[in-house]
Amino acid sequence: MKYLSLAAALLMPFAASATPNPSDWEAVLQEAEGQTVYWNAWGGSTTTNDFIAWVGERVSEDHGVTLEHVKLTDTADAVTRVLSEKQAGEDTDGAIDLIWINGANFAAMKEAGLLFGPFAEDLPNWAYVDTEGKTVQTDFTVPVEAYESPWAMAQVVFMYDTADIAAPFGSMTGILEWSKANPGRFTYPQPPDFLGTTFLKQALVDLVEDPSVLSQPVEDATYEDVTAPLWAFLEELTPTLWREGRAYPQTGPAQLQLIADGEVDMAISFSPGEATAAIANYQLPDTVRTFVLDKGTIGNASFVAIPYNSGSAAGAMVVANFLMSPEAQLRAQDPEVLGYGTVLAMDKLPEADRAAFEALDLGIATLSPAELGKVQDEPHPSWMTRIAEDWAARYGTAQ
Amino acid sequence: MSDGLVLENVRITDGGATLIEVDCTVAPGEVLTIMGPSGVGKSTLLSFVTGTLDRVFRATGRVLLDGEDITGRPPHLRQVGILYQDDILFPHMSVGQNLAFGMAPGGNRADRRARIAQALSEIGLKGFEGRDPATLSGGQAARVQLLRVLLSEPKALLLDEAFSRLDTSRRAQIRELVFDMARARDLPVLMVTHDEDDARAAGGPVILLGE
Amino acid sequence: MLRHVPLLTLVVMLGPVVAGLWGTVLPAFGHLPGAGLTGPSLVAMRDLLDWPGLRQAVGLSVVPGLQATVLSLAIVVLVTAGWSGTRAFGVLQRLLAPILSVPHAAAAFGLAFLIAPSGWISRLFSPWLTGWGRPPDLLVLQDPAGLAMTLGLVAKEVPFLLLMTLAALGQVRQEQRLKTARTLGYDRVTGWLKTVFPAVYRQIRLPVYVVLAYSMSVVDVAMILGPTRPPSLSVQIVKWMGDPDLSLRLTAAAGAMLQLGLVVFALLLWRAGEALVARLGSRWIETGQRHFLDRQMRRAGIGLGTLAAGVVMLAMAGLLVWSFAGFWSFPAVLPDSFGLRSWTRHGPGTITALGETFLVAGLATVIALALVLGCLEAEQRTGRTITTRGLWLLYLPLLVPQTAFLPGLQILLLQAGADVGRLPVVFAHLVFVLPYVFLSLGDPWRAWDQRNAVVAATLGASPGRIFWRVRMPMLLRPILTAFAVGMAVSVGQYLPTLLIGGGRVATLTTEAVALASGGDRRAIGVYGIMQTLAALLPFALAIIVPTLVWRNRRGLHV
Repeated sequence: MKYLSLAAALLMPFAASATPNPSDWEAVLQEAEGQTVYWNAWGGSTTTNDFIAWVGERVSEDHGVTLEHVKLTDTADAVTRVLSEKQAGEDTDGAIDLIWINGANFAAMKEAGLLFGPFAEDLPNWAYVDTEGKTVQTDFTVPVEAYESPWAMAQVVFMYDTADIAAPFGSMTGILEWSKANPGRFTYPQPPDFLGTTFLKQALVDLVEDPSVLSQPVEDATYEDVTAPLWAFLEELTPTLWREGRAYPQTGPAQLQLIADGEVDMAISFSPGEATAAIANYQLPDTVRTFVLDKGTIGNASFVAIPYNSGSAAGAMVVANFLMSPEAQLRAQDPEVLGYGTVLAMDKLPEADRAAFEALDLGIATLSPAELGKVQDEPHPSWMTRIAEDWAARYGTAQ
Repeated sequence: MSDGLVLENVRITDGGATLIEVDCTVAPGEVLTIMGPSGVGKSTLLSFVTGTLDRVFRATGRVLLDGEDITGRPPHLRQVGILYQDDILFPHMSVGQNLAFGMAPGGNRADRRARIAQALSEIGLKGFEGRDPATLSGGQAARVQLLRVLLSEPKALLLDEAFSRLDTSRRAQIRELVFDMARARDLPVLMVTHDEDDARAAGGPVILLGE
Repeated sequence: MLRHVPLLTLVVMLGPVVAGLWGTVLPAFGHLPGAGLTGPSLVAMRDLLDWPGLRQAVGLSVVPGLQATVLSLAIVVLVTAGWSGTRAFGVLQRLLAPILSVPHAAAAFGLAFLIAPSGWISRLFSPWLTGWGRPPDLLVLQDPAGLAMTLGLVAKEVPFLLLMTLAALGQVRQEQRLKTARTLGYDRVTGWLKTVFPAVYRQIRLPVYVVLAYSMSVVDVAMILGPTRPPSLSVQIVKWMGDPDLSLRLTAAAGAMLQLGLVVFALLLWRAGEALVARLGSRWIETGQRHFLDRQMRRAGIGLGTLAAGVVMLAMAGLLVWSFAGFWSFPAVLPDSFGLRSWTRHGPGTITALGETFLVAGLATVIALALVLGCLEAEQRTGRTITTRGLWLLYLPLLVPQTAFLPGLQILLLQAGADVGRLPVVFAHLVFVLPYVFLSLGDPWRAWDQRNAVVAATLGASPGRIFWRVRMPMLLRPILTAFAVGMAVSVGQYLPTLLIGGGRVATLTTEAVALASGGDRRAIGVYGIMQTLAALLPFALAIIVPTLVWRNRRGLHV
């Protein structure tokens, strides 16, 4: 007995410094207690910031994990940070423990071996996740392989002010026709902003005849042909945009202010509940509603990933697991809070949780899951990179 | 070795040019007056004696006080007191605190306070301990300054145009007070002035400069 | 110990600048071993030259920078020439400290709301005068010429230059010069320009250079008010620094070198301009001309001066209203309703950020003040006063663009394995806090009547006793003012906090600029107001504390 405890004491330091094993959840919980998790997440949306603060309170109560929200203006900042740390040889206690991530940034980090894992599918709450109906195991066509865990579903919707626009539009061409008739009343965030490139992708998906080519990586030979309808569309649209396309809002939420000021009448959003939440916060007039296109709109999941050099990987997994809990998912879906789509499968949930989801009033400007219709797949990330570059060359600098 | 203040072959130069040259002795209780128009380096000479000469000047010679060479000592260890024309009472201290600041250390608090109270009443400023120096008249301030210097128990006293700011009626009165008290303590006094009345009243030897 | 303080101060102040420049030069020539890139090569330079936005980005550095400097200087000169000594000037002078302490970012947010087509000014005249039921589609903010950015810079640089000018006026004995000129029959402004300006300009030359270098390389103001297609060079450098594609760091470093080159070029250009103005000026003096548009220049002076001050105050009022606003649509001049919702939502967050802000600012300022007092005391005891060259060294951290050395400093710190976080940020802030504390305290410190020290010494007080018991208490007011200046400088720092803090140090300024990208005016209002209060509070204390402590000491009242 004596010897055993001595051995344990000798082993302790090694055990503590070893990579936490997500399949031994009890050990993870123990190690997480007292850790501080620096979550690098975009800080431009006040509702998201409030939600993250709430998550911090909850994980602190339940598991003694301190959550610090590092507010980013751009997720790429966090990726850069981890890269520079790797170059500097900081392999054990990097500045970042958890990143809100998806798409190109995830692809880059996974490829460069900058991520901790696989862990996501070992988290206890993974059992509730809707792996069939939602794109939680691929991220922009890149296999996730449990290197990031999902916590919110996003789908493109368009917010429009019914005071100015009588009926929603069914296609990108419809938007173009309206914008031509009402110049200066529409804009989109400036790429490479995430939502700005999403608008370009949405336009591409809606305009190409056969979107299936987009699930394959870009090929130089066909790139021009495939994207030709997009550039033709933009050539026509740009002169009719707000400020004639000479200036753009820098982020998605900046569009809300433009609608509230009456500068534009319509804006793209990647969150079906954003409009309702913004109305509650006086950021949008209560005449705003949302719509999706006839052929459907792009959707994807938001994930969190853990850098390979996080000193608090256990704590980060506790946060990631909590984010997938019915409690957190319900709160995130509440339009008064975030209005994010859930990643959980209703039929996998316990009865009480399912009822709570059903009881949720989604709010005046939020479409029901049925109205949201078909979710279009994200194009392969190489399309986004290429299109964003091309956009910058064509429209990124004043002529 | 003689008592008193001795300036031995003192010569102050400014970039090679000689500014002032003095070789003199001030006996205890005696007032030596150095007279001359402004700009001849009278004040510079005094700053050499107090040890606060500006770096732009070069000085040779020695300063002896009661037989000791104090030329190389830092200012606060020289025991040479000085009075300026403007009242340099520390504005953040009361009159009493100013005096206590100057008084040589030693004695308990009550004792020091009693000495200050008595010294103040001797010069006709009884009960002034708590006063803000900024509220004193010119003559009162001059007397407090004198008292502060004397309480620091210097071995010599320097007067840098000390009376030139006072109006004529006060002036003679304060001058008498300073000389009397210096004599009573047997202090050598070195006075620089451009005023002949000051020199006459001092009654001691006079060195004329810049003629 | 004391003897080494000046050297230590120089190292603390210039070390990071030199190290940062070194850290920039290597990657600019393609050398970044950490990323598997070894130089020297011209890859980075070529990438920079291939960037399609380069020409415009360079223009957006040089043109608004020069514009803002010329305009700020002109306004300061006109208002001082025409109005110094008058009651109107006194009012402006009193507004100076609060306006100066408004952080650049907060002023820029407020200004954006003021001048936007949907902004306050437009609302005031709509629809009754303009007929606008909706905001007009005008490119007022983010305009390609950078006019909004220039305006934002001018509004903040005028108070800075005015403060520097006021300090200079005392030293050049303006009254005597002006009186002489007036008795010779010169009109007020002409007389001032011919007799006072040359001497004043010599005194404020370095601050003018600081304004030029700052305006050319500013990041936060340019992000809020400047154009985006492309942005100015410094903003683009920061974007490249943040890109996950590591090779863009080389481009960023090359851009940083270019930014440095541009500032050096502009400074040389400015010097040439100085020589030209001096020659034209002396020719003008020789003509003996007594008046030249004096009345117009006086009017322009007070008009522009009031405008510059008014814009900042209105901008702050706008932030205040937004922070309490319910729904507020165009063209309503005031919100439909007022409420505390924004404050209850963001208040707790601002308090946390305020704590971090004060911690960083307090540490940086205390260290700066200790070093500066040490320097000044050492200067005093050795009798060696600061030379012109020394003054240049003091201004150097303010002349080297932040975007030229902070990226390199970040790379170096990471390579050295230094932990990111608060302490490196404190030292990065120190680079900028030190010069301002030194400049703020230097003059009052040297103006102190030296005979106090002589008298104290002859009374037997040691140098230490003189320092603590005589000099410090007597200079309490300027010392606290210098402290407040240091705090305000630190509170306003954006780039050093962002780059050196690695995102972990969240001050009111970094939070506010991050929020600005989201455009939520209510949140920005709350953070902007808190940011301004954080900078103002130390100034208020600097006024109140000495007044309380010395309430019975008339000799220390101002």
